Amino acid sequence: MSLTTAAPRATRRPASNRLRSVLWAEWVKLRTVRGWIIALILGAAAMFAFCSLVANGPSTGTIGLRTVVPTGPGGAGVADTYEFVHRSLTGDGTITVRITALTSVTSTAQANVQGSLASSHPGLVAWAKAGLLLTPSTRQGSDYAAVMATGSHGIRFQYDYTHDAGGPGGTVTKATPRWVRLARSGDTITGYTSADGHRWTKVGSTRLSGLSATVQVGMFVTSPVAFRNSAASPTLATGTFDQITVNGSPADTSSWRGQDIGDAKTSFYPTLAAGSYHHSGSALVLSGSGDIAPAVVAGLAGTHTASSSLSFGLIVGLLVVIVVASMFVTSEYRRGLIRTTFSAIPARGRDLAAKGLVLGALAFVLSAVVTAVAVPLGQHLLRSHGNYVFPASTFTQARIVFGASALVGISAIIVTALAAIVRRPAAAITAGVGVILLPFIVASAAGGGIADWLLRLTPAAGLSMLQALTHYQQVSYAYTLTNGYYPLSPLAGFAVLCGYALVALTAATVLLDRRDA
Amino acid sequence: MTATVRAEWTKLRTLPSTAWLLIAAVAGTIAVSAIVAAAWHINRGSTADPTKLSLTGTYLGQAVIAVLAVLTISEEYGTGMIRTTLTAMPRRINLLAAKAATLAGISVPVGLVAVAGCLIAGRLLLPHAGLNPAHGYPLIALDHPATLRAAAGTVIYLILIALLSLGIATITRETAVSIGAVFGLLYLPPIAAQLIHDPTWRRHIQQLAPMTAGLAIQATRNLHTLPIAPWAGLGVLAAWAAAALLAGGLLLRLRDA
Repeated sequence: MSLTTAAPRATRRPASNRLRSVLWAEWVKLRTVRGWIIALILGAAAMFAFCSLVANGPSTGTIGLRTVVPTGPGGAGVADTYEFVHRSLTGDGTITVRITALTSVTSTAQANVQGSLASSHPGLVAWAKAGLLLTPSTRQGSDYAAVMATGSHGIRFQYDYTHDAGGPGGTVTKATPRWVRLARSGDTITGYTSADGHRWTKVGSTRLSGLSATVQVGMFVTSPVAFRNSAASPTLATGTFDQITVNGSPADTSSWRGQDIGDAKTSFYPTLAAGSYHHSGSALVLSGSGDIAPAVVAGLAGTHTASSSLSFGLIVGLLVVIVVASMFVTSEYRRGLIRTTFSAIPARGRDLAAKGLVLGALAFVLSAVVTAVAVPLGQHLLRSHGNYVFPASTFTQARIVFGASALVGISAIIVTALAAIVRRPAAAITAGVGVILLPFIVASAAGGGIADWLLRLTPAAGLSMLQALTHYQQVSYAYTLTNGYYPLSPLAGFAVLCGYALVALTAATVLLDRRDA
Repeated sequence: MTATVRAEWTKLRTLPSTAWLLIAAVAGTIAVSAIVAAAWHINRGSTADPTKLSLTGTYLGQAVIAVLAVLTISEEYGTGMIRTTLTAMPRRINLLAAKAATLAGISVPVGLVAVAGCLIAGRLLLPHAGLNPAHGYPLIALDHPATLRAAAGTVIYLILIALLSLGIATITRETAVSIGAVFGLLYLPPIAAQLIHDPTWRRHIQQLAPMTAGLAIQATRNLHTLPIAPWAGLGVLAAWAAAALLAGGLLLRLRDA
């Protein structure tokens, strides 16, 4: 049957060969096989049922309903637990302080065991923080701006939990103290630092819009949970401050209020011990445990995110799409219809692309309908069962819906191309399952380094589009798949998936053009 | 009946895909087991099961056997050969029985070679991972009754998977749908069980799903932690296979080819 390949190519493209007509032809072929449409709709229904089923389980979080993950100004879950010695400041002003020491200890027990100072070992925690903080309210999750010395990340200026700017490096010791200054001018807060108290360097600044006239300013110390392997150990830092001046004049700190922000009983964030402060001559010594940062509570407060109920439904949906895509192509070979198709549309690559696009678009639309309901519903079900679900912005949720649907749609295109390469249904479906589902399943079963590489290099990279959590470099944490973090950014994952579709389509086109139908 | 089995054996034997799939089943099973055994490292606090560990390749091998079993009937429908077959052998139940017997017959040597390869790989590789007598793990040996049960059970497991796949393919008559259905039936319940937090439901799924129940036969240690007893689990899989073959046989009798 080499007639079709031997046939001379038309010099002028026939009208039926325009992409629109090709797409239409393929759409008619897909739509008129009732079994495929029924399978796709049943697949979508199963996908929805399984997403809801998984979300509908009882509570699994390690936090109960009594404990609270505070919500920051951006709507994200935050950690806001620290020792704060403060006074009120009305209008513009400046506060300056010298930090002469910053030390910390780490619990030798795990976070879920009550930490105690008796079982701890010294050692500087990289993100232990001591410095100046300005906030309109001491309520957890309120706006703030702070300039601080850290264990090993130098001087930082941070505000509103997610923002972090670096300044000069170096560690605070008695021999090398650091001065820090926080200045308010209207809504603008600027952080400075100095190594000698005379020459000042700006570390960062921000506008906290709608800042009240009277704010709380003062010294704070805190020290985050240290993650080693999978174990989380609470830590406690101690900072020593002196030469405290407000608006240029030395301040009498005896009237300042010391406060342990974030009640250890209700806060989800594990602490080693309650915060405390005392005067030591002219110096003020604060001890604090906790963090002021975006919450990475997976492992501390459960692992539920906006996308966590999707994975099983997605596997079911993908399996159905793989079966339909395999049949969509191989049944034409089986019935010999492929010869008619290629006689009508001699541009074989174009026809294959149209096949993939038509099926992919239908799979995308069905998945989008399912996930657009399943994502909000899943979060609602999880919350109503007493689970903590990481808050996700509307944009993130929309991206998850798009990402899950694109994953199904592009997988349909990849399997269409694979099926055109192997031409037999058994080989097509095996290849589809091996390329699309196997890496996904092996990655979730294996975890660790294998999972990271599978999610970077295989089509399973597309799962990164379901990322509901952000990787913050100012929080040292195990950013692993088990904790809900994919190794690629959503955009990079999408690019890898599209790359596979392109490679598969190109390979299939080359083979289709070379082989007899 | 002998003639029917002979005809089916000839059809199966002369397909080039059969030889490749059989080689793939054996090689895939042993390769996965060897890789897992080589990559294993002992964890403090958790107890490992060397026999079960060295039979991990069954997860892959069963998929190849399932594809082979599906193809024996679905490809006949795909090519139209089924009409010739049924003209020559009008007793349809006999035909299905002959196909089942041929598949079971071909699965026995495949299962034996694959299981032997896996156990040898485990015996050679696992002691390096700390699963050795010094850590309280005797070497894998068939004179250990539990290991013998696991080995023989795995061969039976593979036969039952082939029969289950044949039954499903007889019901659906479509290669792609059958393979999708078999893969879904085998691999989806264990994933669902991982995600379902309610322990009672999880246990029920593991007791009823063909793969999780059937593979209980591979356990040689901590039998009390299993969702279902080894032979009972294999019985669940046998019930699945019987039900699929029965439904397939009935439909084969009732429908036009």
